[in-house]
Amino acid sequence: MAEKVLVKGNEALGEAAIRGGCRYYFGYPITPQSELTEYMSRRLPEVGGVFLQAESEVSVVNMLYGASCVGVRVMTSTSSPGFSLMQEGVSYMAGAELPAVFINVVRGGPGLGDIQPAQGDYLQATKGGGHGDYRLIVLGPSTIQEAIELVMLAFDLADKYRTPVEVLADGMIGQMMEPVEFPEMRSLNTLPEKPWSLTGAKGRKPNKITSFDLDPYKLEEMNLRYEATRKRIIANEQRWEERNVKGADILVAAYGTVGRIMKTVMELAKEEGINVGLFRPITLWPFPYERLEELSKKVNTVLTVEMSGGQMLEDVKLAVKDNAATPFYGRMGGVVPTPEEILEQIEKIIKGSESA
Amino acid sequence: MNNKLIAAGFGGQGMMLLGQLIAYAGMLEGKHVTWLPSYGPEMRGGTANCTVIVSDKPIGAPVVAMPTEIIAMNIPSMLKFTPTLVEKGKLFLNSSMIDREPGRTDIEVMRVPANEIADELGNLKVANIVMLGAYIKKTGILSQNSIKSALEHKLVGKKKELLELDIKAFEKGTTLV
Repeated sequence: MAEKVLVKGNEALGEAAIRGGCRYYFGYPITPQSELTEYMSRRLPEVGGVFLQAESEVSVVNMLYGASCVGVRVMTSTSSPGFSLMQEGVSYMAGAELPAVFINVVRGGPGLGDIQPAQGDYLQATKGGGHGDYRLIVLGPSTIQEAIELVMLAFDLADKYRTPVEVLADGMIGQMMEPVEFPEMRSLNTLPEKPWSLTGAKGRKPNKITSFDLDPYKLEEMNLRYEATRKRIIANEQRWEERNVKGADILVAAYGTVGRIMKTVMELAKEEGINVGLFRPITLWPFPYERLEELSKKVNTVLTVEMSGGQMLEDVKLAVKDNAATPFYGRMGGVVPTPEEILEQIEKIIKGSESA
Repeated sequence: MNNKLIAAGFGGQGMMLLGQLIAYAGMLEGKHVTWLPSYGPEMRGGTANCTVIVSDKPIGAPVVAMPTEIIAMNIPSMLKFTPTLVEKGKLFLNSSMIDREPGRTDIEVMRVPANEIADELGNLKVANIVMLGAYIKKTGILSQNSIKSALEHKLVGKKKELLELDIKAFEKGTTLV
């Protein structure tokens, strides 16, 4: 492996994209991810790439649509309100089966909100923020090293399944620094062929890329094809981390930044004699329902902790069913929960179940 | 080892850089480190702080409710963070700008006249590095050579001319506690 470097999350996300073969970036600055846009403006010209700051997020997503049509690896990054502006285009890209990577460095919402870390965009990301029957693959990194790996994976999955992929980070991952190791730069010759792309049709039949058909039966056929792709993704791409789940007094479900905070909570809890297990989904879509269902049969409680009012909680409940109680603890508005306050919640639950 | 530092001051007093130097030096010594800035609509003269963790073990939460050390470069920073310091924790005060008592007796207080020393050295901007010297000497969490390597790494290009002065400021800082 390469030597360790101390790097800010936003810059690591950008470098990972370039090393994963991305040479086209379109974006519009927004806190707390502006360093990523800035990094790409500096770095892409060095590797023969294209950086373009658009006049708005609506333009950005349509530039992605165009670039993806010609078969190149393309991405943007934004933060919550910016991603909301892109949703129409995201839906079009899902319908046109166009690969691209969207990095959302989530901030407090709704509306203008603030610029602090939050997880309030989970439902938008996983259930479809735009119109129509589609899902994005959604990856939730919890450390900068993992963010690097997931950004590179995002490009591969996008190409493999011809779908937009979202990396759901947050302001903490974007702003913090920690030591990481970058994988080697991927050679562009090793990227997958895209025979469907629009490359001039010289010596072959023209390709057509569209999300449109006026004939409902034909449009249904397209939708059935999207659905078949989704089923393949669900079957092949579920990822999660589980820690200390055997013999746990309580299981906690958390992703991203809260997922890493939980690792400190688990150590603090151990000192108090409480055995906390962690289930950390890495693919937020496809959500690892079956594995969580299985684990929930061995505990009384699956506590969900999020920096939201309870969004992943809905998926946790779908997985856990009646196997265990599903309480929730969340902070909103950009407040990051401390390990101590999460531990307090766990202690309350454990005491409550003992006295019951 | 699991040191959790909050370094706070006015924007422009170099607390972000101080934190990054500690994190970088920690990485050089093979420690686990995280650096987390406060970020917001901040500017020179506003308040700015960062949280740095240096640990032997992988770091879960980069957020810290109860730091083991605090560096406060001005009065608002001292007032804001002193109540969060752990019992027997270390509080480093920039005594050039703080003429008040921190209001706790269960902690260890180091008073470092960082601005005055920096001024004597000829550049007020190195007050943060004076403070860094005092912090590293007192805590002993990292070697002084690692910090010097971090300075060499960080001060490149135009800033390189400041390197010699920064090393001097750092060494001076280590003599103050």
